[in-house]
Amino acid sequence: MEFAELQDFIVAKFGAEVIVAEKADGLQPYLVLQTERLADVCLELHDNEQTYFDFLSCITGIDNGPEAGTMEVAYNLYSIPYDHRLTLKVQVPRNIENEPIPAVPTISHIWRTADWQEREIFDLLGIYFTNHPDMRRILCAADWEGHPLRKDYKLQDYYHGIKVPYDDHNENSGFRGEPIKLTNHPHEQFPDMREKPE
Amino acid sequence: MDKTGEGGIVITKLDDLLNWARLTSLFPMGFGLACCAIEMMGAYASGYDLDRFGIIPRASPRQSDVMIVAGTVTFKMADRVRRLYEQMPEPRYVISMGSCSNCGGPYWEHGYHVVKGVDRIIPVDVYVPGCPPRPEALIGGFLKLQEIIRQETIRAPRAVQQIMAKRMSV
Repeated sequence: MEFAELQDFIVAKFGAEVIVAEKADGLQPYLVLQTERLADVCLELHDNEQTYFDFLSCITGIDNGPEAGTMEVAYNLYSIPYDHRLTLKVQVPRNIENEPIPAVPTISHIWRTADWQEREIFDLLGIYFTNHPDMRRILCAADWEGHPLRKDYKLQDYYHGIKVPYDDHNENSGFRGEPIKLTNHPHEQFPDMREKPE
Repeated sequence: MDKTGEGGIVITKLDDLLNWARLTSLFPMGFGLACCAIEMMGAYASGYDLDRFGIIPRASPRQSDVMIVAGTVTFKMADRVRRLYEQMPEPRYVISMGSCSNCGGPYWEHGYHVVKGVDRIIPVDVYVPGCPPRPEALIGGFLKLQEIIRQETIRAPRAVQQIMAKRMSV
């Protein structure tokens, strides 16, 4: 099925309001779905014999930054027997400090591969996936603070007593290198140097 | 020769014997963290054959003399590296292999997950530069470490000196 057919398929099954926005042209056309209907649509796309999206190629979390105030999750679906593909997106408002992080319904019960990918997005971008069986960090340490791939991420100063930023590295490491002396005139530093002809 | 009274000659020779025994049987702990570990394994294997220096990897920190930190030390791994180091018996040595464990390497500025130098968690004796260092460079690091051990004396063991230095600084 082509993109337009898949769009008609979704509209026929779930109604026109399920598609919030669409981008039909370009290299990768996509549909933006209602966040709360995502799992229903994905289950139908997976189970229905006409679409049969048996393969979830990728999930990508996107932080559009504090100015835009939104975050997105993009899903790349692929059907191995039909050789057709579809990109779905959901958009959620970005939380400011002390607010709960945005939530997207999980699709890990449909494609098991989504399990770890959703955990990665939770870890690095801070999007919660509701009904996920095991929603915890996957890459960073369990007691890490913050979500590193957010646009406004700030490094913590210390982690378990280890200084995190690079600054003043040599002062802390005990390394005592040769002091750099730049008091001499450059010509005296390099007596062999000849002036270049104009 | 330092004449400290009776037994001076014996102690000096015992130093040489102990140092010779230590520097010719440096058992590193068999663990690697990233791509530098591939070069380390290449150095162990028949092509470079660290065995001829008496360098044989051991499977346990309690049987090891030297720790080769070969690769990127992440904050998640830092606690484990520190614990492994603490499990090693004295005298123990650390070779920091490659840019990542020397100073953070390519992750020095934006690598939120990388410890900017393993010397922030454990004391390092020899730094081997490179990204990754070739096996020859690692062998050079071992030769450097052997020179350090050759200078040691049991009259001033390093472990005691470190404890004394800590006491003095407090």
